[in-house]
Amino acid sequence: MTDWDPSKPILEIENLSISFFTRLREIPAVMDFSCTVMAGEAMGLVGESGCGKSTVALAVMRDLGKNGRIVSGSIKFKGRDLTHMNDEDLRQIRGSEIAMIYQEPMASLNPAMRVGDQLAEVPMIHQGMTRADALKLARQIIADVRLPDPDRILRAYPHQLSGGQQQRIVIAMALMAKPALLILDEPTTALDVTVEAGIVDLVKDLGTKYGTSMLFISHNLGLILDVCDRLCVMYSGEAVETGNVIEVFDKMRHPYTQALFRSIPLPGADKNTHPLIAIPGNFPLPHERPPGCNFGPRCDYFRDGLCNAQEVPMLAVPGHDRHATRCLRWSEIDWDAPAKIGKVTEKLPPGRLVLKMEDLKKYYSVSAGAFGGGAEKVVKANESLSFEAHENETLAIVGESGCGKSTFAKVLMGLETATSGQIMLFDENVQDTPIEARHTDTVSKLQMVFQNPFDTLNPSMTVGRQIIRALEIFQKGKDDADRVERMLTLLDMVKLPRAFAERMPRQLSGGQKQRVGIARAFAGGAKVVVADEPVSALDVSVQAAVTDLLMDIQRENHTTLLFISHDLSIVRYLSDRVMVMYLGHVVELGTTDQVFAPPYHPYTEALLSAVPIADTRVKKRRIVLEGDIPSAMNPPPGCPFQTRCRWKSQVPGNLCDTVLPPVQVLAGGHQIKCHLSEEQLAAMEPVITIAAE
Amino acid sequence: MLPFLLRRVGVMILTALTLSFVVFCLTNLAPNLEKLARTEGSVRMSDDAVLSWIENNGHGGSMVMRYGQWLGVAPGWVRTDDKGVTRGRCIQGAVTAESAPRFCGILQGDWGTSTVFREPVIKTVSEKLSSTAWLMLWVMLVMVPVSLIIGVLSGMREGSRTDRVLSTFAIATTATPEYVSGVILVVIFASATTGISPILAEWGWISGRTLFLGTATSAIDKITFWNFALPVMTIALYGIGYIARMTRASMTEVMTQQYIRTARLKGVAFHQVILKHALRNALIAPFTVIMLQFPWLLNGVVIVETLFNYKGFGWTLVQAAGNNDIQLLLACSVVAVFVVLVTQLISDVGYVFLNPRIRLS
Repeated sequence: MTDWDPSKPILEIENLSISFFTRLREIPAVMDFSCTVMAGEAMGLVGESGCGKSTVALAVMRDLGKNGRIVSGSIKFKGRDLTHMNDEDLRQIRGSEIAMIYQEPMASLNPAMRVGDQLAEVPMIHQGMTRADALKLARQIIADVRLPDPDRILRAYPHQLSGGQQQRIVIAMALMAKPALLILDEPTTALDVTVEAGIVDLVKDLGTKYGTSMLFISHNLGLILDVCDRLCVMYSGEAVETGNVIEVFDKMRHPYTQALFRSIPLPGADKNTHPLIAIPGNFPLPHERPPGCNFGPRCDYFRDGLCNAQEVPMLAVPGHDRHATRCLRWSEIDWDAPAKIGKVTEKLPPGRLVLKMEDLKKYYSVSAGAFGGGAEKVVKANESLSFEAHENETLAIVGESGCGKSTFAKVLMGLETATSGQIMLFDENVQDTPIEARHTDTVSKLQMVFQNPFDTLNPSMTVGRQIIRALEIFQKGKDDADRVERMLTLLDMVKLPRAFAERMPRQLSGGQKQRVGIARAFAGGAKVVVADEPVSALDVSVQAAVTDLLMDIQRENHTTLLFISHDLSIVRYLSDRVMVMYLGHVVELGTTDQVFAPPYHPYTEALLSAVPIADTRVKKRRIVLEGDIPSAMNPPPGCPFQTRCRWKSQVPGNLCDTVLPPVQVLAGGHQIKCHLSEEQLAAMEPVITIAAE
Repeated sequence: MLPFLLRRVGVMILTALTLSFVVFCLTNLAPNLEKLARTEGSVRMSDDAVLSWIENNGHGGSMVMRYGQWLGVAPGWVRTDDKGVTRGRCIQGAVTAESAPRFCGILQGDWGTSTVFREPVIKTVSEKLSSTAWLMLWVMLVMVPVSLIIGVLSGMREGSRTDRVLSTFAIATTATPEYVSGVILVVIFASATTGISPILAEWGWISGRTLFLGTATSAIDKITFWNFALPVMTIALYGIGYIARMTRASMTEVMTQQYIRTARLKGVAFHQVILKHALRNALIAPFTVIMLQFPWLLNGVVIVETLFNYKGFGWTLVQAAGNNDIQLLLACSVVAVFVVLVTQLISDVGYVFLNPRIRLS
C-alpha cells in the first residue's frame, strides 16, 4: 500500500462485466463498465432500479453472493486488483480501506448488539485496538457525526434510535477506520427529506474533513448534484454517460440522460403548460436487451442500421473534462433544441364542493411497554384538520413520516372513524361511518390508489379478474359480458394493452401494476381519489408516465384528487392547492404558488430547502433542521414545531413554548399556523431562486 | 419487569386452577367413582351400596364443593356413621376426629393417598418426578448443545455439503419415532446376540455380555453411563432433529439479513460473524422451541420409560390412568400443568433477554 501514489486514482474500474448465474442462463448485470475515482473525489452513480449500480458497488466490495461473478475486467483499488484478491486480503481492506453505507440503516445494524460494540469492533479488528480504546474512539466519532449524548448512544440498541440517528451510526461505523473510499448505496432513500438534508450535509463535511473519496449511488439526480463532483449515468447494465457533474447536467451528450432530466419535475414544469415528457417504453430485462445500443428502442434519435448494428463503445467528448458518452450520434444531435412540448392543456376551473373536513380529530390510545404495562398513552394522529376540496381540484397533502397524513386518509376512507369533527363527502356526513357500513355508492365514489403497487394486487388472480371483481363489488355492469367490456375499457383508459387482462400481477412491471391499481380505483367511477404516494415506489421515468395518466383521467372524469406525498417536486408540478402537515397539525394551507413562495410557515421553509433539486440554475438557501420529529405520543407543548424552529427566538415571550399558534389567514386565503407576526412573515426571503440564464 | 412477572404468575395460577378443575371434573365423573367404589369396596356391591359408598367416602355433593375440599379451601367432609365412628377427609392414620384440621387439601400439603401404590400421593409423585427429572436433565444436556451446533453449522452456509449432510441426519432422526429408534439402539448396543456387543465380547473388550444395559431399572438407584445412555439417546435423537431444523431455518434467515452483510463488509472474519453477529439473533426462535420441549419430555417419556423399564413420571401417569387412581391422576395433572406454565414463563422472560427489541417497558 505504501507504493501507492496519491495522484493516481483511488479506484479504477476497467471494462468490468458482472453476471449472475442461474440454473437457466447467465444473466449479465453489468457490462463493460469503467470509471475512476480520484483521491478526495465524490463520484455519483445514477440510474433507475435494475441498472446495475448497486451491483457495481458490491463488486468493489467483492460481495456478489454465490451466484454473482466478475466475468471480465478489473477493479483496482490503490493500484491493487481486487478481482484477484484472496479472502484474507479482502478482509483487511473491507471496513478499513473501503467502507460502505447502506440504504436501510435499521436492517444494517445488528439488532441484538449495542451500538458501541458494533462501532468498536471495526478498530478492534483492523488496528488491534483494545476494547476500551475502541470505545473511546467510537465516542469521539459519534460526536463527529453530530449525535447528541454519545454515552447514551454507545449503550443503546439500534431500535432505540430514530432512522436518522441509525443512519448516522452506520456512517460512524464506516468512518471508524478512516477509510480511503466510502461507498454510499442510496444512503438517504429510506429517510425523510429534512433528515436526508442533515445526512447529506454531514457526508459532505466529513468528505472534506477526512479527504475520503466517495462512490455515491442514488436514483435522485438532485442529491448527486448536491454531493458529487463527477457522475456516471447507468442504463441497463452499462455506463451511458460519465463526466463532471455540471457538464453532464448542463451539456448532457446522451439521449437517456436528456430524457431522464425531462421526465423529472424541475421548477418551471407545470402539468398544464409544461408537462413532463415520459420516456416511452419499458426498461429492457437483462436477458432481453436489444442489439447495439440498449437505449435504442426508447430513443428519439434512434437510427436503424446504425444504433442497432454494433456494440456502442464509450466515446470521449472533446473539450470537456473527462466527459464520455455511449452514443454514436452524439455529435450530430442538436442538444440545445427545446424539448417537444407534449399536449398543452387548459386548467379546469374548480367545480362544486365535494369534500369538507371540519375540525377533524383522530386520537389513538395505546398501552405502552412490551409487557402491556404502563399508563395508557394517547397518540394524537390528527389535530383539528379543516379544509375543503372541490371538483377538478388536486389537493396535495405534504409532510414527513408521522405527520398524520396516512391516518387522515384512513379516516376519510372509513378504515378508522374520527374521534371528533366532521367529514362532509358530497352531502353526507361520513366521519362516524366505517367502510363496512357505507353505501356501495359512497364507497365506489371514494377510492384510493396505494403507495406500493407490488403489495396491493392479489398475486394469484389475473389482472382482468381483479378489475372485474372491483366492478362486481361496486355493482357496475348488467352482466358478466358487460363487465368484461367495461374492464377492457378501463385497461384502455390506463393505457395498458387489452391482452394484459389475462396476465398475472407478477408478469407486470411496477409502473404497469400501478396502472392496474388506478384502473381498479376508477372502476366505480370514483369522484374523489386519495392517492397515497402513488409514484414514490416507481422509477423516475415511470413516475412521469403514471403522473400524467392520473392527470388525464382526472381531467376526463372531473375527479377530485387528494395527493398524499412527501416529494415536493412532484407536488409542485401537479397540485392546485397544498396542505402541509406536521405532527398531526395543518401548519400551512394555500394554493401551490402561495405555499412555494414566501411567506412560509417555518416548517415549509425548511422542507423546501431540504428537497434536492436537479437543476444547476437553482440556488437554495440551506436550512437544516436539527433533531428529529418528536413522537406523536409525546408532542411538545405549544407549537408542535417549536423544538426545531429557527424562527422561535423572534417570537416575543415564550409563546411558542406554551400556546398553540392560531391560524393566520393571509391574502388570498393562505393559511399559516404560526406565532410570527404578519410583518415578519412578509419579510421572509424565498428559499429557492432560479438564477437568470 | 416485576409487574410483568407478578401478572404472569397471577395468570399462571388462574390457568392452573381452571385446568385442575377441568381435570378434577373429568376424573370425578360418576362412572369413575363407581369404578372406584367397586375396587375399594367390593366388586360385588349392589348399585345402592355403591351409591352409599360414594356418599360415605366424601365423593357426594356438588363438584365445586368437592373441588374446594381437594384444593383445601373448603372444610373437609366429616361423617359419623351409624356405628358412631367418625370418618372424614382429614381423619387418617394417627389423626383422630378431635385433632383433625378443618381443611386438608393440596394447599395444606395433603395430596391424598394413591390407590395403586398405597402410599401418600405426594411421596409417589415426588419420587417419580425426580427420576424423570434426571432423565430430562441428561436429555437436555445432550440434546440442546448438539442440536444447536448442528442447526448453526448447517444454517450458516445454506445449500453447502455440510448443510445437506446435517439436514439429512436431522430429518432422519426426527422422522424416526422413539419406539423405533429405541429398539434399534437396543438391538445394536444392548443385545447379547446381535449388534456390536457379541463382537466386542468376543474380542474381550467388554466384561459383561452387552456394551450398554438394555434396561434402565438400575438407574433409579444409581445413574451410570452404561445404564442411562440408551434411554437418553433415544429421546434426545428425536428432539435433536426437531430443534436442529428450527435452528437451521432461523440461522439461514439471519444469514441473509443485511446486518450480516454489514459485519462481513466491516472485515469481520467468518467465524466471528457467526459467533458474534448471527448466533444470538438465530437463537431467539429455537429458544421458544427448546422451552416447549420440557412439557413434551415430561409426558412424552412414557414410551421410553416403558421401553427401558424406567419407573418415572410418564410410567406413573400411565399406571394412574389405567387403574383409575383419581388422586394420583389429579396430582400428575397438576404437576404437568405447573411444569408447562413455569417453562413458558421462563421462555418469555428468556426471550426478552435474548431479544433486546422487546426489552422496552
